[in-house]
Amino acid sequence: MPNWIALPALAGGLLIGGAAVLLLLFNGRIAGVSGIAGGLLAPEVNGTRLWRALFLLGLVLGAWGIVALGALAAPPRQGFPPLLLVIGGLLTGYGTSLAGGCTSGHGVCGLARLSKRSLVAVLVFVGVAMVTTFVVRHLWGLSA
Amino acid sequence: MSAHRGVAALGAGTVFGAGLALSQMTDPRKVLGFLDVAGDWDPSLLWVMGGAVTVALLAFRIVLRRAAPVCDAQFHVPTKTAVDRPLLLGSALFGVGWGLAGYCPGPAIASLGLANAETLWLLPALVAGAALQRWRARRQPG
Repeated sequence: MPNWIALPALAGGLLIGGAAVLLLLFNGRIAGVSGIAGGLLAPEVNGTRLWRALFLLGLVLGAWGIVALGALAAPPRQGFPPLLLVIGGLLTGYGTSLAGGCTSGHGVCGLARLSKRSLVAVLVFVGVAMVTTFVVRHLWGLSA
Repeated sequence: MSAHRGVAALGAGTVFGAGLALSQMTDPRKVLGFLDVAGDWDPSLLWVMGGAVTVALLAFRIVLRRAAPVCDAQFHVPTKTAVDRPLLLGSALFGVGWGLAGYCPGPAIASLGLANAETLWLLPALVAGAALQRWRARRQPG
């Protein structure tokens, strides 16, 4: 295996893609996390609450399982300003709700469906995020 | 049917969460390492997206040849195609939030399984942001 292949990253990506295929095959749904979670904030329609909640529970269990198997070595980041976490969370929640998707819905599933709308969304959020990270790390000097 | 959909969603969510943790996309340092193109660049996120999109690109076509999914009467795939202002503005706001904190919604939720205190700050704010957008959209239709 050439060493420029990031094997855990590729394997994780294959699992994520496989999960998206499973959800489409069984439930006919797009595996977009912001959309699945956002549906829980809306008034209940057509009995979708159960599967939405269970998908999110699965996200937590799956991540926990990788830790339990000892496949995740890095400890959590320490000392990152809580205010940035709160502002980042607010903007991410508001923005993904307005845009109708995030890294999974527009990113993984939208690109796989060859959606022009999703491609534009991905280019915008990745581009803006790169500029934001540049400002935070290299102009403002926060290194965490 | 509803119980079957629940089991399928739990299974898909679990595989998804395992993929996020295995690829370390639950670690904001890895994500910001990708976004920081002027620093010590970490291409991991490209491998994750590449792997995920390739699997989905190949298999979605086969799945969508079916008349219906296994546990439902019809597929629920997005029908919008317009590149409009909400898409652009929303994606830009998300980009700022992602670049600031290093969490997109999937990892923010999956981090609840990782004993990571950061998500206790980030996740309530994420839910509040999404709720605020939905509330504003209801008040100003269209």
